[in-house]
Amino acid sequence: MMKNVEKCMVGTLAWVDKRFPLTSNIKAHLTEYYAPKNFNFWYFFGSLALLVLVLQIVTGIFLTMHYKPDATLAFGSVEYIMRDVSWGWLIRYMHSTGASMFFVVVYLHMFRGLIYGSYRAPRELIWLFGVGIFLVLMGEAFFGYLLPWGQMSYWGAQVIINLFTSIPFIGPDVSEWLRGDYVVSDATLNRFFAFHVIALPLVLLGLVVAHLIALHEVGSNNPDGIEIKEKKDPKTHIPLDGIPFHPYYTVKDIVGVSVFLIVFSAILFFAPEMGGYFLEANNFIPADPLQTPAHIAPVWYFTPYYSILRAVPPIFNSQFPGVAAMGLSVMIFALLPWLDRSPVKSIRYRGALYKKWLALFVVSFVVLGYLGTKPSNVWGVFDAGTWIFGGVDRATVVARIFTLTYFLFFILMPWYTKKDKTKPVPERVTV
Amino acid sequence: MANQPVDQGKRRFLIAATTAVGGVAAVAVAVPFVTSMLPSARAKAAGAPVEVDVSKIEPGAMITVEWRGKPVWVVSLTDDMAKTLSGHDDNLADPKLEVTSQQPEYCKNPTRSIRPNLMVMEGVCTHLGCSPSPKLQPGGDMGGDWQGGFFCPCHGSKFDLAGRVFKGSPAPTNLVVPPHKYLSDAILLIGEHSEGAV
Repeated sequence: MMKNVEKCMVGTLAWVDKRFPLTSNIKAHLTEYYAPKNFNFWYFFGSLALLVLVLQIVTGIFLTMHYKPDATLAFGSVEYIMRDVSWGWLIRYMHSTGASMFFVVVYLHMFRGLIYGSYRAPRELIWLFGVGIFLVLMGEAFFGYLLPWGQMSYWGAQVIINLFTSIPFIGPDVSEWLRGDYVVSDATLNRFFAFHVIALPLVLLGLVVAHLIALHEVGSNNPDGIEIKEKKDPKTHIPLDGIPFHPYYTVKDIVGVSVFLIVFSAILFFAPEMGGYFLEANNFIPADPLQTPAHIAPVWYFTPYYSILRAVPPIFNSQFPGVAAMGLSVMIFALLPWLDRSPVKSIRYRGALYKKWLALFVVSFVVLGYLGTKPSNVWGVFDAGTWIFGGVDRATVVARIFTLTYFLFFILMPWYTKKDKTKPVPERVTV
Repeated sequence: MANQPVDQGKRRFLIAATTAVGGVAAVAVAVPFVTSMLPSARAKAAGAPVEVDVSKIEPGAMITVEWRGKPVWVVSLTDDMAKTLSGHDDNLADPKLEVTSQQPEYCKNPTRSIRPNLMVMEGVCTHLGCSPSPKLQPGGDMGGDWQGGFFCPCHGSKFDLAGRVFKGSPAPTNLVVPPHKYLSDAILLIGEHSEGAV
């Protein structure tokens, strides 16, 4: 009996393989995709990002079954999901928590790339696809945040769309075109819904596939920053330091998934609003075009860039420099592969100079992120008599300093990575 | 026929011509999609002028009216409040109202208004479009130097009672004074220009 079943399955697989490269794809991407054997903690976040993507798509589909993209109905339909739809609160909180966790996971994933030099040749395209994914993700978060049509949704969208107004010459027309009205209105909500649920997810999925295809073409980097493909078994042509992704890393990733889901569930069930950082209190008030809330701030994952926007003063009566600086602070990640001139990839073999700059960058990012959640007068104002800074908000001055160090990390990278004293890189990975 | 060599020049010409015509067609097809995102006829029609009864605003108080979806403030100044408008020109970014787009010609005067004690302006910050909070009274949570005006909660821009922006604010220009005129002593019409002085 068993023999017959097995025979039948093998036959079916052979039938499929003649018509679709199933077995060869499983081999190429799982059972015979050789990943370095020295992956560590930092290598959990790629697969976790994929998990969150699936979570967001599934919960998103179920939310659209009850949500109404209409300025008069949207706020009520979200409350309806929270109160009347069976388990609606769970699905909605999964989606809102998932949005924040997406950025947690992606920021850690990017940091991994940063410290181990995963953006360096031959992985520049993987990195660029990744930057694309990051940008689309920011778009998804922004468009999605308008949909509940609360006060923060409304005024956040108002501010971000008005950023485009400052583009010289075409700005006002561009922002009007984006809104489809003279103010953020039903027309804006309706199109943001279209972007959020179909346009950007399609682009996102395409970029994720490209990211993975590029990764599997050149092979994964590792904490030592050594190319394992350079040392292959002469007979099998398998990298000596490589192990098959499945079952080794699928099993490892399951551990990561379990820990992640524990954290995720803890937030979901005990602190879905995360003290106002994941869902802001003002967003439980319906959008009011005539009244801006007393303090508006973006959700935490945008606050470093928002701080940079606030920190740059208007030049020649134009706010464009601030907007340009904010845009640049995100886009500049794309240049990393060409800014880094170090002979080594991994932080393990870099010198003190690079580590100091990296530490400064991390501090800048965190401080800017913190300041972005607070009003600009959070630390008070310098006394009127103070040299240069008289009458300026203290927090603004701090934000300006860290905006400078944020950019210097990138701008000076060609210099300090070249000057840095590196250590010799071993021939084979260390475990 | 079959043995003739490939005419590379003709092939290049055909590829170029097909690409060019195809490109034009692609742009032509994009036009309706791109323009469909502009404000619709209904959105354009919604910008009708609104009438406001200003006779019941107490001196020192303000009301907010909706015009084209935006908040428009009508502020009635007391004599004390009006006095705060002179004497701080040095602290203002544009005291002489040189950015002419921010107010109609008939409001290019020291109080930026048709009637010296009745201010009409859009409650939309010229920085990124938040609605500033009225802080009409001197002092308070704005500190001892504050003489009354508006404070934008989003990025900390400060304006005086005539909507003129203070130096050092992120907002580059003064608040916009919308087109308006008085139909009678009590009725203000927002959305249509005044013809001559009233």
